[in-house]
Amino acid sequence: MDAAELVAGVAAGDRRALARAITHVEADSPAGRAVLAGLYPRTGGAHTIGVTGSAGVGKSTLVGALAREERRRGRTVGIVAVDPSSPFSHGAILGDRIRMQDLTADAGVFMRSMASRGNLGGLAEAASGVVDVLDAAGYDIVIVETVGAGQDEVEVATAAESTVLVSTPAGGDDVQSMKAGLMEIAQIMVVNKADLAGVETTVMQLRGLLAIAPPRGWTPPIVKTVARTNDGIAELVDALDAHRAYLRGSAHAAAERRELARAQIVALARAALYRQALATAAHEGVLATLVEEVATRRRDPRDAAQTLLAAVWRHGQDTHEA
Amino acid sequence: MTTEQRTIRVLIAKPGLDGHDRGAKVVARALRDAGMEVIYTGIRQTPEMIAEAALQEDVDVVGLSILSGAHLELFPRVVAELKQRGVDDVLLFCGGIIPEADVPAVQAMGFTGVFGPGTDTTQIIEFVREHAKERA
Repeated sequence: MDAAELVAGVAAGDRRALARAITHVEADSPAGRAVLAGLYPRTGGAHTIGVTGSAGVGKSTLVGALAREERRRGRTVGIVAVDPSSPFSHGAILGDRIRMQDLTADAGVFMRSMASRGNLGGLAEAASGVVDVLDAAGYDIVIVETVGAGQDEVEVATAAESTVLVSTPAGGDDVQSMKAGLMEIAQIMVVNKADLAGVETTVMQLRGLLAIAPPRGWTPPIVKTVARTNDGIAELVDALDAHRAYLRGSAHAAAERRELARAQIVALARAALYRQALATAAHEGVLATLVEEVATRRRDPRDAAQTLLAAVWRHGQDTHEA
Repeated sequence: MTTEQRTIRVLIAKPGLDGHDRGAKVVARALRDAGMEVIYTGIRQTPEMIAEAALQEDVDVVGLSILSGAHLELFPRVVAELKQRGVDDVLLFCGGIIPEADVPAVQAMGFTGVFGPGTDTTQIIEFVREHAKERA
């Protein structure tokens, strides 16, 4: 199937075309870019939701419960679940389907597992493309679940309209770590495993952090859930619906859309630049030369970085003129 | 820019009712360490669930592990469910307890590789690398 056939297939609801389109987009191949360009005008109908948080807070279980509640409300659901790639072999074990087995049999759900594939290309780049494909395919809700590891968590905000930040009662340190950037990106706070001791302390800490955050048009609600038993999941979906209504209806809506678009463009450009730098460095042996010079103290690392950037810039101009 | 080699995606699944997944996990891990992306779906999968997961994940390879003795019953149903969904270009292999006498029948269903107990994982890795189909 070529790009035009894939676009037509996705638009017509062909699940196999959808799966293959995602493969191309994830690989960021020329075919993938053509598919995205063809599908993008069809996007915008889905409510896109990012779910993030540290490892072990119950994101997969929560996403499964969330998807089931959305299905009960008559909405179709696309899911993108991201797991880390091994930095050594670049392979990955993607196990999120284990917690969503029942959803596999549901024709109203399409789930795709993704490996983070290191930072090469950027998580936001790959994941937001896959979210766009599922959006274009007509799913009412598209959920992207990411592994909680530093920058990726912040980047997920550029792949979704509503970002849900998940923590647990036991994680005093979790809450501490949220101060850096994460609080600002979350529109909904979830305290999962709320049947564990210490839940009220965690809620109070979150409230305290929200109180000192700069005021915004939307105040993030704090929702207590026990994803395993479905407790609080209906409240979470209510909160997501409220945020969706806020996004689409308020005076801030247009500004928020532009902010999301800006963040996406910058993240994509940064990822492309990073890839181009690495390609140039490897291609012309520039990096190897610089490494040698820095290792033998003939050049300082900052100067080497500037030299590398200059080479990338020249390379980029050559490519454009050619 | 040169396109790097596409990452091989593999679905490892356990059809039927036996719950022993050590073998499946060992194979999943070995393939991961060989640089592949392995989707592991857990135990007690129906043929429909396996085929649907293979479709949604757009895998290159499906590996089934079975210890219950129901392979002659379940494997053809997995193949039929895949075919029904138009998933006709995946490499199939299987492992677990497949009696010698059943191997020709299993191979005739389309399972190019049949790996019994004691198989060296490097053998499975080489098999997948060699046979996973090139795609346009």
